[in-house]
Amino acid sequence: MGVKLESKPISKLGYINYQEGNIYYVFHQGNETCAEAALLAGCDFYGGYPITPSSEVAEVLSRRMPQEGRVFVQMEDEIASMASIIGAALGGAKSMTATSGPGFSLMQENLGYAVTAEVPCVVVNVQRLGPSTGGPTSPAQGDLMQTKWGTHGDHPIIALSPTSIQEVLELTIVSFDFAERYRTPVVLLMDEIIGHMRERVGYPRKQDINIFERKKYLEPGEDYKPYSLDYDSDVPPLLSFGEGARYHVTGLIHDEAGFPTLNKKEVTEWYDRLYRKIDKGLDRILLYELYNMEDADTAIISFGISVRVGLEAMQKARQKGLKVGMVKLLTVCPLPEEMLRQVISGVKKVVVPEMNRGQLVLEIDRLNKTGVELIHVGTSDGEIVRPEDVLKALED
Amino acid sequence: MERTAPLIHDMLRPNKKFPSVWCPGCGNGIVLGCLLRAIKAQGIDHNKVALVSGIGCSGRMPVYADFNTLHTTHGRALAFATGLKLARPDLHVIVIMGDGDSLAIGGNHFIHTCRRNLSMTAIVVNNKIYGMTGGQCSPTTPVDSVATTATYGNIDQPFDISHLAAVAGAAFVGRSTVFHVRELENIISQGLNKKGFALIEAISNCHTYFGRMNRIGQAPDMLKWMKDNTAPVLMDPEKRKDKVTRGVFVDKETIGFLQHYEQLVEKAIKNKELLKQWKQKREHKDDEAEEQAG
Repeated sequence: MGVKLESKPISKLGYINYQEGNIYYVFHQGNETCAEAALLAGCDFYGGYPITPSSEVAEVLSRRMPQEGRVFVQMEDEIASMASIIGAALGGAKSMTATSGPGFSLMQENLGYAVTAEVPCVVVNVQRLGPSTGGPTSPAQGDLMQTKWGTHGDHPIIALSPTSIQEVLELTIVSFDFAERYRTPVVLLMDEIIGHMRERVGYPRKQDINIFERKKYLEPGEDYKPYSLDYDSDVPPLLSFGEGARYHVTGLIHDEAGFPTLNKKEVTEWYDRLYRKIDKGLDRILLYELYNMEDADTAIISFGISVRVGLEAMQKARQKGLKVGMVKLLTVCPLPEEMLRQVISGVKKVVVPEMNRGQLVLEIDRLNKTGVELIHVGTSDGEIVRPEDVLKALED
Repeated sequence: MERTAPLIHDMLRPNKKFPSVWCPGCGNGIVLGCLLRAIKAQGIDHNKVALVSGIGCSGRMPVYADFNTLHTTHGRALAFATGLKLARPDLHVIVIMGDGDSLAIGGNHFIHTCRRNLSMTAIVVNNKIYGMTGGQCSPTTPVDSVATTATYGNIDQPFDISHLAAVAGAAFVGRSTVFHVRELENIISQGLNKKGFALIEAISNCHTYFGRMNRIGQAPDMLKWMKDNTAPVLMDPEKRKDKVTRGVFVDKETIGFLQHYEQLVEKAIKNKELLKQWKQKREHKDDEAEEQAG
């Protein structure tokens, strides 16, 4: 039993080069850290609307962005917030907004626009309980499927989910890299506990961060097509407005030059490239860590704060002699399907703790081709999943 | 007035895509013509114009114009434009919307953009109906007018776009019609030069739906209606009563959001070197803008 697979931790990307002696340690909250990390990643523009439990991101940036000569604006609602960060990104800015469930619902419209027009931006969703106004502001992890499918029409999207405050810092920086590198919105999927919890965080210096910077300017004689099919990466550069390229951007399906089209061939080419650019990046995009999987006959698979619960349950189970391993998913959209298939087919039982009524577990079930026993340990009452409940599922 | 042929070659995209989507006789072409002539008259560099639109017939305007063009989602054009302008103060951001686009689905963005008073020029093409979706009632459809969703006559009170913009705090508000072409062009020109948010209401015709359903007639009949039923705001109120007023209603000297933000940044930046760099960057952008303005 067990699987021998390598982890793909954030450090493997090589984006942050922590220099001993040049790490600044602070006792920080998740939302504060997200804001500071955005500054480190070079965020030039923040447009947002207040909503608990994400408001600290906006509050910190309203103070910090002007200090750095960058733009903070409070918009009239979340629809406008999402629109403003797309507009800013087209002007060449690295842009971000932060919200929670109800606001994330309002953002879906223009999130789809950013996918379609391929505009890089970072959307932070600090999840709270329930649909509608729900249970403010108890924690939950109920927006996983909305992150994947929230905006209408088939589309790929990237979402990352931190499990600690240090990972909030790192994944915020990674979010900006992925957004710029793949010309796509990236969702940083936090939850109320991660957003409001305080932990010791080690901040690197700005010069120790090395992430993707987009090409912004037209070269002399360049025949620029913003949606060209001619790039090996399938990600044409996004030149900034005002720099001579004078191209068209639309939420309509468009041809290589950006003009609306319903020509079947052009529509298919566009759609294929939209998916292909993410598929080609999967090796970089998919981040996860495996614990004790080499000899495990039972696997816990989870994301976000529930990973911490899973790790606790794993340790207790190991003390009792059970061979339990853990998969921590850092990239939750798209999922590392190949790795998960191998894990699932290499064990007798899979346990999925998550603070919802069953979302990640549906994806795991879809990948479970060998009929391995699959147990969901969920909560939807605003309380974190308890390690004892996970342990019970492991023992049963 | 600029002759049309050189204007077409200079300001429209050579590779796209005529004939336009608009019905023959539509006022959208007249509004676009006025806008292009105004931009040309101001001598603004094409590379520094961003033309942003929402959804609807008027929303298709940017596709034809040879600028940085952005066709957004329904009602959200002003919010996209706000982000763009804040990120790139050196751009002339011009927003084209319809009446349904800007006042129904986009009503919230409309009032808040007026309030925020960021230096942009917005034109609302007001044809009093949803044209693209087939003649449904809009927030400017007059009471008792017929629409495909008001088959017994509209019972909703319409918005007065210009007055709404004025009370919401726009620095410049003007209104004209697609019959009064020179006047419309002139008001757009004034709007382009304004520091702060400029809102221009262009009364237009949808003879395909509004004119036909309300028995006003074809495009020429609707233009005649504009001629007969509107009057300059400066005219003696007794003589222009019951008529829709045209002209400039608001023209305030304001500091504008951007300058406020710059002042705020200068207070906030503690690092002196950064402050110096930031000021240089801003001055450089101002110089560029002045050069373009000639």
